[in-house]
Amino acid sequence: MEQIYQKVENGPNEIMKAEVGTKMSRNLKYMKNNYQLYLLVLPALILLIIFKYVPMYGAIIAFKDFNPLQGIMGSPWIGWENFEKFMSTPDFINLLKNTLKLSAFGLIFGFPVPIILALMIHRIKRVAIKKNIQLVLYAPNFISVVVVVGIVFIFLSPVGPINRFITFLGGDNISFMTEPSYFRTIYIISDIWQFAGWASIVYLAALSNVSQDLIDAAKIDGANILQQIRHIDLPTIKPIMVIQFILAAGNIMSLGFEKAYLLQTSMNLPTSEILPTYVYKIGLQMGDYGYSTAIGLFNAVINVILLISVNQIVKRLNEGEGI
Amino acid sequence: MFKHQTRADKVILTTNGIILALIVFAILIPLIYVIMASFTNPATLLNSGITLNPSKWTLQGYSRVFKDGSLLIGFRNSLFYSTAFSLISVTITLFAAYPLSRKDFVGRKLMMALFIITMFFGGGLIPTYLLVKNLNMLDTIWAILLPGAVNVWNIILARAYFQGIPDELREAAIVDGTSEIQFFFKILLPLSKPIIAVLVLYQFVAQWNSYFDAMIYLKSENLQPLQIVLRSILVQMQPRPGMIQDAQNTAQLQQIAEMVKYSSIVISSLPLIIIYPFFQKYFEKGVMVGSIKG
Repeated sequence: MEQIYQKVENGPNEIMKAEVGTKMSRNLKYMKNNYQLYLLVLPALILLIIFKYVPMYGAIIAFKDFNPLQGIMGSPWIGWENFEKFMSTPDFINLLKNTLKLSAFGLIFGFPVPIILALMIHRIKRVAIKKNIQLVLYAPNFISVVVVVGIVFIFLSPVGPINRFITFLGGDNISFMTEPSYFRTIYIISDIWQFAGWASIVYLAALSNVSQDLIDAAKIDGANILQQIRHIDLPTIKPIMVIQFILAAGNIMSLGFEKAYLLQTSMNLPTSEILPTYVYKIGLQMGDYGYSTAIGLFNAVINVILLISVNQIVKRLNEGEGI
Repeated sequence: MFKHQTRADKVILTTNGIILALIVFAILIPLIYVIMASFTNPATLLNSGITLNPSKWTLQGYSRVFKDGSLLIGFRNSLFYSTAFSLISVTITLFAAYPLSRKDFVGRKLMMALFIITMFFGGGLIPTYLLVKNLNMLDTIWAILLPGAVNVWNIILARAYFQGIPDELREAAIVDGTSEIQFFFKILLPLSKPIIAVLVLYQFVAQWNSYFDAMIYLKSENLQPLQIVLRSILVQMQPRPGMIQDAQNTAQLQQIAEMVKYSSIVISSLPLIIIYPFFQKYFEKGVMVGSIKG
């Protein structure tokens, strides 16, 4: 403070400088006094910069004719050539369609299920029964995607229980895993089987905040359960539904590689080949680094655009509340 | 509570119970089927499916899996990766979350922005792979342990939890001459057991169940985690050599390949399914913290 008083004598210009100076020196002093806080955040920051930001820089090889021997810096620039090449391949439209369809259908069918489950479980009054239902519903979340796909293969194999049942009813064997038209259905149903229960936790937790007084008042007014759900339960979980929807929609293009890749057979590729699996094959199996990075970048940019636009749309529909 | 239910409500509640029972059943059927099939004689399984007749039961699938040993090596490796990964990741997460939870922390906004950007945008598969390669981490345990160790979502969860702990606690401790580090370790962490439990469980499970990083970064047979071994047995339909060495003909080979699938699933999935109920009470807390602040 004394410094400022001294500077006042030197005119208004100096005061401004002094204020900027004191803010800086105040911050520096804070950092010096609290250096331990900065030490704590340092490991995460270092790993973040190395493993997230360095690859972002590395993504410029999408615009280069990348040659590992010349490195990222040394490889020659080729502008948009990789992107143009990708967009003119006959696979382009199909890949884009497969990726968008798989996630859009996954969202449309997958999003409501946890909400419905939560509303249903919430109405179970006996605590012990409720706990047991939750225990079973959450369990598949802890099974690995490899095992879930393994179970899918077992169940849908030509001699598996599903086909056994179909032939028992007098139908013909269906070869689910090699028929492209079944891929999306298999992917989405097994996803719901595995994750819907787990995803209902967040809605259930929100529902547990509904006050009993409100429910009792509604009952006195003669509201039946469906009316209570419509006018009390749903409005309570609406903010969470909005957040979950935006997050899910924003991830529409960042589909899990892991499951799609496992569910692929050489026969169902017409529907099961999506952008992430294509990037993996072109990049790591065929070694075309620059080209596959361009495809990955294309995917990532669409993703960001989707996230921002969904957030804007929801904001408008939801009276200014997005994330 | 009002005891009187209208007739309509009774119908709705009963229907609700029945549908939920069916859903529980639908989730359990595949699991029960796999467990029963793992004990069923492969010839019977192939001809008529699972059976309740004990004379058709066998432990052969399990003995073959144990005799081969590669699943057990995978099990051991996964136990190591998951433990080390969750330890590293959760430590880093808690360290970073504390300063970021402090309103007075200079640089907080900038750092949060740096962290959050990476949730929505990244360099992608190939640049990350090239980085790991250039760091000479290919085919080492570090390729599994380090690239994914910073989980921004978990930092947000832990940060939200720390923000819920009253400021007065820290102020009182600082007045008593406690340093920030001492406060963090001696006062804050002991109060944060629920969130630590949730984060450790999340990271452990995530690592235990993932195969992708191992598939692209690891070549050596003795480094492979459980999921890679499982993938070859379950998805690529290639049982390990030690499981099938005594097979007489292709028909028998096929039966054995089928049988070891079931026992491998049971052996690899049972530990988590048994452990997770003990953590269940923490789930709602963990998820809730995130959904409010997220």
